[in-house]
Amino acid sequence: MTEVQIYGVCGAGLVGIGLYGAILGRSALRRLLAFNLMGSGVFLVFGAIARRGGIAGGTLSDPVPQALVITGLVVAFAATALAVALLIRLAAVDREEAPPSAEPGSADAPSVATTPSAGSPSAGTSP
Amino acid sequence: MMALPAAVGPWLAGPRSAELLFPILALPVLGLLLAPLLGARGARLLALSSLSVGLALALACAVALVAADAPLVYALGGWTAPLGVELRLDGPAALMLVLTAALLLLIGLHAAGEFNVRVMGRRATLAFWMLLLGVWAGLNGLYLGRDLFNLYVAIEVLTFSAVPMVCLKGHAEQFGAAFRYLLFALLGSALYLLGAGLMLGVHGTLDIAQIRAALDAAATPPGGTANAVREATLVAVALMSTGLLAKTALMPLHLWLPPAHGGAPAPASAVLSALVVKGSFFLLFRLWLDLIPDLPALNVGLLLGGLGVFAILLGNLMALMQARLKLLVAYSTLAQLGYLFLLFPLASGTSGGTAATAALMQVVSHALAKASLFLIAGRILAAFGHDRLGELDGFGRVMPLTLLVILAAGLALVGLPPSGGYLVKSLYGGAAAELGAWWWRPALELGGLLSAAYLARILAVAVRPESVSVTASARGHAVTAPLRGLVVPALLAGCALFLGLVPPALFSLMDVARPGMGSAAAVAAVMQSALTPAGFWNSAGPAMAVALLIVLFLGAGESAWGRRVAVVGRGLAGLEAWLRQWRTAGALLLCLLLIQGWATVA
Repeated sequence: MTEVQIYGVCGAGLVGIGLYGAILGRSALRRLLAFNLMGSGVFLVFGAIARRGGIAGGTLSDPVPQALVITGLVVAFAATALAVALLIRLAAVDREEAPPSAEPGSADAPSVATTPSAGSPSAGTSP
Repeated sequence: MMALPAAVGPWLAGPRSAELLFPILALPVLGLLLAPLLGARGARLLALSSLSVGLALALACAVALVAADAPLVYALGGWTAPLGVELRLDGPAALMLVLTAALLLLIGLHAAGEFNVRVMGRRATLAFWMLLLGVWAGLNGLYLGRDLFNLYVAIEVLTFSAVPMVCLKGHAEQFGAAFRYLLFALLGSALYLLGAGLMLGVHGTLDIAQIRAALDAAATPPGGTANAVREATLVAVALMSTGLLAKTALMPLHLWLPPAHGGAPAPASAVLSALVVKGSFFLLFRLWLDLIPDLPALNVGLLLGGLGVFAILLGNLMALMQARLKLLVAYSTLAQLGYLFLLFPLASGTSGGTAATAALMQVVSHALAKASLFLIAGRILAAFGHDRLGELDGFGRVMPLTLLVILAAGLALVGLPPSGGYLVKSLYGGAAAELGAWWWRPALELGGLLSAAYLARILAVAVRPESVSVTASARGHAVTAPLRGLVVPALLAGCALFLGLVPPALFSLMDVARPGMGSAAAVAAVMQSALTPAGFWNSAGPAMAVALLIVLFLGAGESAWGRRVAVVGRGLAGLEAWLRQWRTAGALLLCLLLIQGWATVA
């Protein structure tokens, strides 16, 4: 097995693990991390392709996939930042909308005993 | 007066026309960067003025394209593919450029009253106008790009601008919907990027035209290497296609669309539904039609067409059952997206041009009608404080003009001649008949009838004797909401309803640089019989019958039949809710990937 093949197989494995985690992950944060793992696998595949030497030829690595990976990293970073920002806001809004009466221990438990008006009017969206 | 034509001549019909492509890509990005400096108040003016300039530029591009009668190609910085980035404009791209700029401008004008500092505050106002420019930038990049990696960047710009639009109002369920949308779209983009990487590994280039040329060259001596290259290419395309299906929300990969489009503020929903999902479809169009030389020989067209039919039927049935108007419109979007995918099984041989025309007409017609419906849904939401159809009895009596606009947009979706929906159905029908593939026809007709059914349901609610709460809120609303808010929705609905009356010669814009398309001739042929009494009743009659049945059914109240229908409806809704679970949708994404890979390579 050449080194290019090893890197390629590793990349494919990371994509697989990432997909598994993103689909079956229990919490939103875990799914997001799994997506990042999947992205790393994709970038590793790009790296393996670069190592084969591309249109530039020769024994040196092809610079084009490497340049693409850098752009891809920036995009993945921006995506993760946006997703984390959404999660933080989601947690903050959830805390605000939850009734203040709950004790510290039961903050996560869904509150049933509050007045109906506390529930958001458009929450019942699922048919 | 003569100086102006002489000055713009070289750009409109001359050697410099390709230079028009750069400013139309740069303008939204420039606006996006300048907007934070100008602040919330300035951002609105900046967005609207750059959209006006952009519309003029898009029209100029279209004129220049028709004058040149060949694709306009502009190499950024003088670097040509594969190292440089080339912008390339052909007929469909020019159509989309004009449609996008015009729709965003109209939606922006409509939203100017809602998204200003006094109503929404600085933060949401600035965000909305910047995101509008971001969506525009991403879409223009998608239309003009020919390099698979640049297209990836463009589609990510589009997604990152579209996702925050969902949660502008800042409610918890909107953040949840936005996160779900973002994460599923990211899964799609990771698959797309993997496909692009494999493509680079196989061909050493990412330029669509160069890959196509390499595939054509490899096919001439059939043999071992040629087959290996072909199969690797098809696997890469299957990966990219699956990623794009997730972003287009083709059923059953639609888990993110109803909460996102149903929960966003109305102008944002209009943008998301009319344009954003079409961006990824346009890329699918490029991939399967421009990159793969022998799509008809592959079974993947059948798969995509089958999913399209599934979306048409389930989407329309779910729309019929929704309790909220905005969700009804969102599910109707899912059904209308299904029509787009009928292109793939029909895109072969001589009928390919007709099918492609039909798909592009569906993009235009649905964009116009759906933008109108979402803006109207926002108006109803503002008037009554909610959009639950069960409590809107008689809203049409207090807002008759609003109801009229809903009807016009709805009839365009149903496909009454001479609307855009009619054009789409007839063109697809013609293409199917030419191929001898009659089995697509019933799905088209049934989809139109089901659209008529949910339109009839809205109508039945609207004309019932008005309830007390409706009268009370309407009285307050008459003071606060001027009729000005109806201008844009009415204009959009009117355009959708009378799309078929546009002179057929104008449709030849789509034919530029696409051999064998023949849009103008196909549209002219379809419209010839549309407005004769027989042609009109053939399409209007069944729709009216279904609408009448629905009205009678709703009017009958409780009955044994009603209970039976309700049981079936609950079963269907349960199935659909199961499809919308994260794990189901994820598993289906993987299944679709495997099936597509198998269908293309086998």
